[in-house]
Amino acid sequence: MKTLRAHERVCIARILLLSSSLLILGMAGLMAQAKAGGSQGSKPKEPATTSPDSDQDAEAGQKKFQANCSRCHDAPEQFSPRIAGTIVRHMRVRASLSAQDEKDILKFLAP
Amino acid sequence: MHSFIHHAKHLNSSRLFYLTSLLLLCFAKAAVAQNTPTISGGVGFLNSTNAGANFFQPVVSPVVVAPLGKDFLAESRFYFEEFVGRKNGTSGPYEGTFIKDTQYLQLDYLASSHLTVVGGRYLTPFGTYNERLAPIWIQKFQDAPLISAIGTRTTGSSDGGMIRGVLLSRPNAQVNYVGYFSASSSVSQFQAARAMGDRIEVYFPNKRIEIGTSYARFLQGTHNNSFGAHFWWLPPSSPLQVRSEYAHSEHAQGYWIETTYRLSQWRGPESFVGRIEPLFRMQQTFRNSPSPGDGLPAADTQQADFGLQYHLPHEVRVNTSYSRKFSSPNGTNGNANIWDMSITYRFLFPMWRGKE
Repeated sequence: MKTLRAHERVCIARILLLSSSLLILGMAGLMAQAKAGGSQGSKPKEPATTSPDSDQDAEAGQKKFQANCSRCHDAPEQFSPRIAGTIVRHMRVRASLSAQDEKDILKFLAP
Repeated sequence: MHSFIHHAKHLNSSRLFYLTSLLLLCFAKAAVAQNTPTISGGVGFLNSTNAGANFFQPVVSPVVVAPLGKDFLAESRFYFEEFVGRKNGTSGPYEGTFIKDTQYLQLDYLASSHLTVVGGRYLTPFGTYNERLAPIWIQKFQDAPLISAIGTRTTGSSDGGMIRGVLLSRPNAQVNYVGYFSASSSVSQFQAARAMGDRIEVYFPNKRIEIGTSYARFLQGTHNNSFGAHFWWLPPSSPLQVRSEYAHSEHAQGYWIETTYRLSQWRGPESFVGRIEPLFRMQQTFRNSPSPGDGLPAADTQQADFGLQYHLPHEVRVNTSYSRKFSSPNGTNGNANIWDMSITYRFLFPMWRGKE
């Protein structure tokens, strides 16, 4: 019985540890996002464009984004432009994109 | 060398996670504006009742990605779970088991526009589920398909080398390939089987149809082959998604078909109704000959999964599903009801502020 209680205590301690880790991770994330600045966040669905050329690039990128990335998962709701390159590079390897596809999608995500 | 192996055997995932993050931080310090390393992944609380046995699983699965210069990328995914269930299945006190796993820890070299060379520990590229649909922030159903063990033995991860890329990329057609070789490893957190295999897939972006085939040869113990085929259809003008896979191994074979339809055409994806996504999956496995170690049901099995997914704001999802399983030669034993419920949060953050 004693062993069982000790085991239960270990189990509870692990759950608490995991929960607190999750909480800390979540808080750290929220802080990082706040620091990154809400105004600088990218929204994949609404890219900011400046010229007809970049409009076309963004359109090509949007098509490629929808055709490739959203095959497996939804687009992230919002992220900082400073990680756009990392995300697309990660997707290039995961989704076997060509260098041109990577370039176009990056233009769409961070024009 | 012996000492290194001895130490490696005792490394656990949490230490590896911290160590990897630290190493990536050091190497990726010169990251430029858009290439700040990221930490992403999912956090979830899963509950399942399978044939009367109740389980709780708090899970966290972080992904660390760091570009290293122009041509290299380091990436890793870890999995931590506390599996809490009753001692005797359906009775007795609840007790927990901590599960940790290094799912991938790889270095990618972007050799050319059409070729990426991967070294390290990577997800075994057989079919579509293991590589593309398994993460908790992507999966529609909590339980993996019954055939998911075919071609991905023994752990779903491989240690060795892989080449992958796009052979042909045109606006109306795309051909992707993967080839790999894995060494056998019994090192804790890096367990893998000696195996080799490949996958070829053709994708039509305009129709959003994907067709592919997979092959794996298991090269330890009794050598044997596994074959797979998949078909995906995600019509561009509709939120309907159809995914299916068939896999065949020496002792068993089976398939699954999954359809999902998010009700986003009802006042948009952000509306109350538009956030609802009904799910359905049908799966069957057929046993050709007994093989206790292949990870598939011991008898022919049919299973229908009915699910409902609700997409809350801020990357939070609630999933519920009910499955009815029929699995026995005489139709009485092995039949079961499976109830699943989970809540998951997907996160994606820069690891530090980075340069503007």
